[in-house]
Amino acid sequence: MRRLIASAFAIFAALPALAEEVTTFRLDNGMDVVVIEDHRAPVVVHMVWYKVGSADEPVGASGVAHYLEHLLFKATDKLESGEFSAIVAANGGSDNAFTSYDYTAYYQRIAADRLPLMMEMESNRMENLMLTQEDIATELDVVLEERNQRTENNPGALANEQFRAAQYQNHRYGVPVIGWKHEMEQLALKDTVDFYNLYYSPNNAILVVAGDVQPDEVKALAEQYYGVIPPEANLPERIRPQEPPQRAERRLTYADARVSQPYIARSYLAPERDSGAQKEAAALTYLAELLGGSPFTSALGQSLQFDSQIAVYTRAGYDGSSLDDSTFSISVVPSEGVSLSEAEAAMDKVIADFLAAPIDPAQMESIRTQLRASEIYAKDNVEGLANRYGAALTQGLTIQDVQDWPQILQDVTEADIKAVAAKVFNRDQSVTGWVVSSAEEAR
Amino acid sequence: MLRILLTACFVLAASIASAIEIKEVTSDGGINAWVVEEPSIPFTALEIRMRGGASLDLPGKRGAVNLMMALIEEGSGDMDARAFQTKLDALAASFSFRAYDDTMSISARFLTENKDEVLALLHQALTAPRFDQDAIDRVRAQVLSGIASDAKSPNRIASTYFDKAAFGDHPYGSSIDGTVESVNALTQADMFEAYRNTLTRAEIYVSAVGDITADEIGPMLDQLLGDLPAAGPPAPPHVDFGLAGGLTVIPYETPQSVALFGHRGITRDDDDFFAAYILNEVLGGSGFESRLMNEVREKRGLTYGIRTYLVPKFHAEMWIGQVASGNATIAEAIQVTRDVWTDLATNGVTPEELATMKTYLTGEYPLRFDGNADIADIMVGMQMIGLPADYVINRNAYIEAVTLEDMNRVAKELLHPDDLHFVVVGQPVGLESTD
Repeated sequence: MRRLIASAFAIFAALPALAEEVTTFRLDNGMDVVVIEDHRAPVVVHMVWYKVGSADEPVGASGVAHYLEHLLFKATDKLESGEFSAIVAANGGSDNAFTSYDYTAYYQRIAADRLPLMMEMESNRMENLMLTQEDIATELDVVLEERNQRTENNPGALANEQFRAAQYQNHRYGVPVIGWKHEMEQLALKDTVDFYNLYYSPNNAILVVAGDVQPDEVKALAEQYYGVIPPEANLPERIRPQEPPQRAERRLTYADARVSQPYIARSYLAPERDSGAQKEAAALTYLAELLGGSPFTSALGQSLQFDSQIAVYTRAGYDGSSLDDSTFSISVVPSEGVSLSEAEAAMDKVIADFLAAPIDPAQMESIRTQLRASEIYAKDNVEGLANRYGAALTQGLTIQDVQDWPQILQDVTEADIKAVAAKVFNRDQSVTGWVVSSAEEAR
Repeated sequence: MLRILLTACFVLAASIASAIEIKEVTSDGGINAWVVEEPSIPFTALEIRMRGGASLDLPGKRGAVNLMMALIEEGSGDMDARAFQTKLDALAASFSFRAYDDTMSISARFLTENKDEVLALLHQALTAPRFDQDAIDRVRAQVLSGIASDAKSPNRIASTYFDKAAFGDHPYGSSIDGTVESVNALTQADMFEAYRNTLTRAEIYVSAVGDITADEIGPMLDQLLGDLPAAGPPAPPHVDFGLAGGLTVIPYETPQSVALFGHRGITRDDDDFFAAYILNEVLGGSGFESRLMNEVREKRGLTYGIRTYLVPKFHAEMWIGQVASGNATIAEAIQVTRDVWTDLATNGVTPEELATMKTYLTGEYPLRFDGNADIADIMVGMQMIGLPADYVINRNAYIEAVTLEDMNRVAKELLHPDDLHFVVVGQPVGLESTD
């Protein structure tokens, strides 16, 4: 066993550094540009990421960032409502957009020679959206139906909203990206226009172009289409209310007849990747794998699904991609006949045992190897690489941070993991949620 | 002696020529494979499919093939589940074993450096599964958990009813997961029997893309798959879509109703398939440009999304769609859907619509070939439905060849608004079951 691990590691160590072909520059108006080359297919992914998300919304207007994302497909001074997507499709491409707590992004995937057209249209709607009362009224119905589909019809999503609202006592991460329904219903033209006018500007945006392109050509096009847009002088500094010291554990029970099986969701406030300081986040990435990654090899899986049959499902999760404090989460679905109290006690025992025992070096090496391999597999998906850069740059990281991250992951030690685990597993900063179909199940 | 048939396939985008070269290989043992050599990233995506799948569940054993396939990664040879997965993790490879209605699907992704070790492990999984009792019980509990969750999912409640009503006792009429009763009754002997019946070489399809050569694939496949049984039991017969026009409401307390709807469809090898395919794109295809998306979402705000799908399965054909809308508005969403269906059947498409859709479809096609994993998946799918490798060159010409006349004839022949059956789960206002 040990020999196998050692030889596998030696092979990986001998691999050449596989940095992506990435070029970056900044336009005079402050817009950052990232070009990722992949010449295997004549395809380009063109993305504009705005450094504004739901956590930047004004009080009382939750959902406006996402609602505006929908409205960007309506009319501009040059395009009719719906024409943007129609032109993309007529050129054989596909387009869409997404909103998160920290960013709003728009993208098209299309033949590489159509890049100038994409830039022409995307730069046009950065400045020239012309919203009408009729357009926004219909689209409000659409986003309310989207909320119906994603959240109101989904007891797990409703529970999660409650748990996040409890996890964040001051930060807007406690408010759902799509918005609270009662606030969404009140969103008006002025909310969307104010948000658009303030935040949609080149000095608050990142252009990511990935695929079969040459950086100097992208630069010339970017200067032609985006470079002429004046920067927003009044762009506010991105200061968001931070979490106070959290001093009391929170426990919630969400009951909904549509829940098929009871489960436990625990989350702890956890540090995110910060520029120049990604070590704790790297250690937490290992911690999630060791505690609840593979059901076959992780501590929770082995203890609750193999050594005992307490659970049918276990999982630990951590995502360090966040502008402000993130969370480390654990979920357990108990087996038939096991109560939530019993399952939670068993879950906490696994955490306590993990903190007390040394980490198996073979398992550390296995995770290290998988993380290194994941960098190779990631190169097969240029859109994934584009997302990696876009998200990072809107979440306070730099190109250097993105490129340093794989090596920081490789350098994580057992001591790093133990230290960050001791810090993060603090019940005063945690939320424990029980999700049940009826009060009787909450035991 | 290795026979390599070379087919050079140039995939043309609008004005750029980029090539993927598909090499067709037949191993000494008679296994065919399509290979694309792409050495720029040191890994390979391997896709294997076998015809048969969960439709080969024996009477009273519904769920056996699905459970068996889930157990392939749960121990083989001298390794129990944990030993197997520990080894796989250390090699940084990934396997996926999935059962579908008519297909067994095996996917592997592995690095060049330890390719031989990974393939040896995959061989062991496919040829020497253990089906340990503790693994059966553990995975059975996971399957039962999924069945319980489906029973409270509006979409799954709708599809369960729809499939049963459309296909009755044919395997298509029930979930491949099985029922609580059938899954609880499955034994280790059932697992071995399902294994022998479905993981066979009779109708096997292989594609590989990445840091691998056509020369090495033949011996590799004989080593990997040569020990599998030659053939399993026969496939079930063809079945007609048996659900008549109408509407069924299944009451369920939830704020948004979901509707699944459809009628009979068309076979994949029908001469009119491409016309029907374009017609479906016009009606409710992907993206934002379809008539249904335009009428139901963009103009009226009744839904977040509506899609339709041509579903040519191996033993049945249907044309189905899906929409979700608030309980108060689902009736209107359904009425608009019926109206759009009727209008398209009666009046067909406009020349402009056809031209736009052709530009989209022919432009979009080459964009699909932009990663090893994607190309491998497309190639194995093509083989499954009997398409030749040069289809990737000719496919856009098939789209271009469809005329307005074809489209409008096929619209009349295949779209039957009166035969549409809607299954609605929720508390829809103003809708009542017709049956």
